[in-house]
Amino acid sequence: MALLEIENLSVDFETRSGGLFRAVDGVSLKVDPREIVSIVGESGSGKSVAMLAVMGLLPKTARVTADRLAFEGMNLLGITPAARRKVVGKDIAMIFQEPMSSLNPCFTVGFQIGESLAAHLGLGRAARRARAIELLELVGIPSPESRLAAFPHQLSGGMSQRVMIAMAIACSPKLLIADEPSTALDVTIQAQILELLVRLRDEKDMALVLITHDMGVVAETAERVVVQYASQQVEEAKTLDLFRDPHHPYTAALLAALPERATEKRLPAIPGMVPGQWDRLDGCRFAPRCAVATAVCSTRPPTRAAADLGRALCHTPLVAGRPTTRSDVAEGVSA
Amino acid sequence: MLSFVLRRIALTVPTLFALSFLTFVAIRLVPGDPIEVRRGERGISPERLEFFRHELGLDQPVWKQFLDYVWGLLHGDFGVSIISQDSVLKEFLTLFPATLELSLFAMAFAVLLGVPFGVLAAVKRGSVFDHGLMGVALFGYSMPVFWWGLLLVLFFSVTLDLTPVSGRIDLIYYFEPVTGLMTIDSLLSDQSGAFASAIMHLILPAIVLGTIPLAAIARMTRSSMLEVLEEDYVRTARAKGLSPFRVIGLHALRNALIPVVTTIGLQGGTMLAGAVLTETIFAWPGVGHWLIESIFRRDYPALQGGVLLISTLLVLVNMAVDILNAVINPRIRHGR
Repeated sequence: MALLEIENLSVDFETRSGGLFRAVDGVSLKVDPREIVSIVGESGSGKSVAMLAVMGLLPKTARVTADRLAFEGMNLLGITPAARRKVVGKDIAMIFQEPMSSLNPCFTVGFQIGESLAAHLGLGRAARRARAIELLELVGIPSPESRLAAFPHQLSGGMSQRVMIAMAIACSPKLLIADEPSTALDVTIQAQILELLVRLRDEKDMALVLITHDMGVVAETAERVVVQYASQQVEEAKTLDLFRDPHHPYTAALLAALPERATEKRLPAIPGMVPGQWDRLDGCRFAPRCAVATAVCSTRPPTRAAADLGRALCHTPLVAGRPTTRSDVAEGVSA
Repeated sequence: MLSFVLRRIALTVPTLFALSFLTFVAIRLVPGDPIEVRRGERGISPERLEFFRHELGLDQPVWKQFLDYVWGLLHGDFGVSIISQDSVLKEFLTLFPATLELSLFAMAFAVLLGVPFGVLAAVKRGSVFDHGLMGVALFGYSMPVFWWGLLLVLFFSVTLDLTPVSGRIDLIYYFEPVTGLMTIDSLLSDQSGAFASAIMHLILPAIVLGTIPLAAIARMTRSSMLEVLEEDYVRTARAKGLSPFRVIGLHALRNALIPVVTTIGLQGGTMLAGAVLTETIFAWPGVGHWLIESIFRRDYPALQGGVLLISTLLVLVNMAVDILNAVINPRIRHGR
C-alpha cells in the first residue's frame, strides 16, 4: 500500500477582492514507503502549498479539496484537527526552506527537540535529553551535549537546518517532507544536507518528498519526479527517464536550461514569464512560452497523456525531443 | 551585563539634573510664592514678608538657590517641606506606598486583561470581537482620566452605591502601617472586613488609572501577535503537531511579549502622571495628591523633591524593563 495517496488535490485561496485563487490544481501523487519523490517547479507553482495541505498547515483562508488525501490508508481530510495532530509531527514531518527563521529564537535547541518527544511519545525529561543528544549526533552536529543549551541565533544556517532535521525525525516519521531544504544554504552545505537526508532515508526507513526548483538536486537524490507548472502537475516520471526523455515541453525546456547541458555559450532560457493569478489562459498554461505550441494549445486545456508519456499535460507530448500526436485524443490531430 | 547596568545608570545623571533644573525654574515662574500663598486674606506686614522670604532663602538670586538645592541633594538632603516642616524624603516615603499600591493594582488590571484580549483579537483577526475590542481600546486610550473617573464614580458609587467614593479604607478600621500597602496591612491586622474594604476602595481608582495602559497593552499585544503568527517558527511549531494552545500561548506569545514588555514599562511612566489625576479624583492619599497640593501651596521643596524622586523611580522602572527584556529575549542576553 502506498504511504501517501493524493488524488486530484486542489487548494483555493480567498483573495481580497472576494474571488478565489487556485494555487494547486488537480494534483495527484502517490508516495511509497522508503521512496524519494521530488517535486520540481518554479516559485509559485504550488509545490509547497500542496505539501502544506497534506500537513494541514495552510491558513484558514485556504480551501482544500481532494478526491482522496490519505496517509497509510487513513483519510486526512475527514478527521478532526486533534486526530490529525497525532499524525502530523509524528508520522509525517516537514522541514522548511529558511532554517534560521524556522527555529523559535526564544527557546533552546534542546527544548525545541524535546517538545515533539514529549507531545507524541510522552518521554520524561531525562529520556528527552538522551534522545535529543542521540538525534543531534545522528544529524552530524559535533559535541551535541553542549549544543542542547544553545539558542538558534548562536547557530549557523547549516547547523540550524540540521537541528530542524533532528526535530523532524525525532519521532521516527514514516514520511519526511523537505521544502527546499538546501535553497537558503551555501553550496557546500547544500550537498551535505542532501547527503544527510538520503542517509537518514536509508537508516530510518522513511520516505522522502523533496520539494525543489533545482534540477541538479533532483538528479542526485530523487527516484521519481513530479514537475509542476502554474499550479498544475505537468509531468511525472522516474528520474532517469525524465532526464533521458522529457515528454512535456516545459520539462524539456527546464532541462535544456541546465548549464551542464548547454552546448552554446549563452544558456537557453524559457521566454516569457509564469502566468499570474489573472492571466491564465483557457488552454494550456504553458502555451505562450512553449516552443512547439499549436493553435489548439491556447484554446483548449490539454488532457493527461498515458503513463509511458509521463502523464504529460500536453496536446503534443515530446518523444525523443519531437512533438508527437497523441493516439488517445482525436482532437490533437485536427489542430 | 554589569557594565550595561552601570552605563545605564551613568546616562540617567544628566536627565535627572535637567529635570531638577526645569522643575526648579518652572515652579518659580508660577505667580506667587509660598509666603504670599500662605499669607491668605488676613494680610501681612511687608517687614514680616521680607523676614519669611529671607528665612526660606527666597530673597537670593535663583541661580544661587538652585546651587544650594543641588548642594543639598548631593548630600542626600531633599529639603524640608514649607507646609509640614517635615523632611521631604520622609513625607514622600510615607505617602509613596499608597501610590505604589494603586499603581500595582492598576498595572495588574491592565496586564491581566490587556495581554489575553490582545492575543484573542489577533487570533480572531477581523472578527466582530477583534473590531469591537480595538474600537473600545481606542476609546479607552483617548478618554481623559478625570472625566472617565468621574463617570465611573457617578455610576458605580452614586447610582449603584457599590463602591466608596474616596479614601483607602473605611474609617472604622484602624491599624498601624506595616508595609504601607493597605491590602497587606489589613490582612495582617486580622480585623474582619478590613481587607474587603481596602479592595473595594481600590477597585475604581485602579480601573481608572489602568484604563490607558490596558488599551495600550491590548493594542500592542494584538499587533505584535499578528506579526509573530506569520513567522516561520510558528509554522514549525504547528508542524510538530502541538496543540493550538501551546503554539499560540508559548511559541508565539513568548516572542510577541518582547515589545509588550517595553510598552508596559513606558506605560508605567504614564501611569505616574495619571496617578496625579486619579489620586485627586478619589482623594487617594498618595504622592500624586501630595504633589498637586504642593503646587497649590507653592511648597517648592516638596514639589522639587517629589518630582525628582518620582523621576528616579521611573528611571529605575525603565531599567528593570530593559533587564526583563534581556531575560525574555535571548538575543539581547547574549549581546548578539
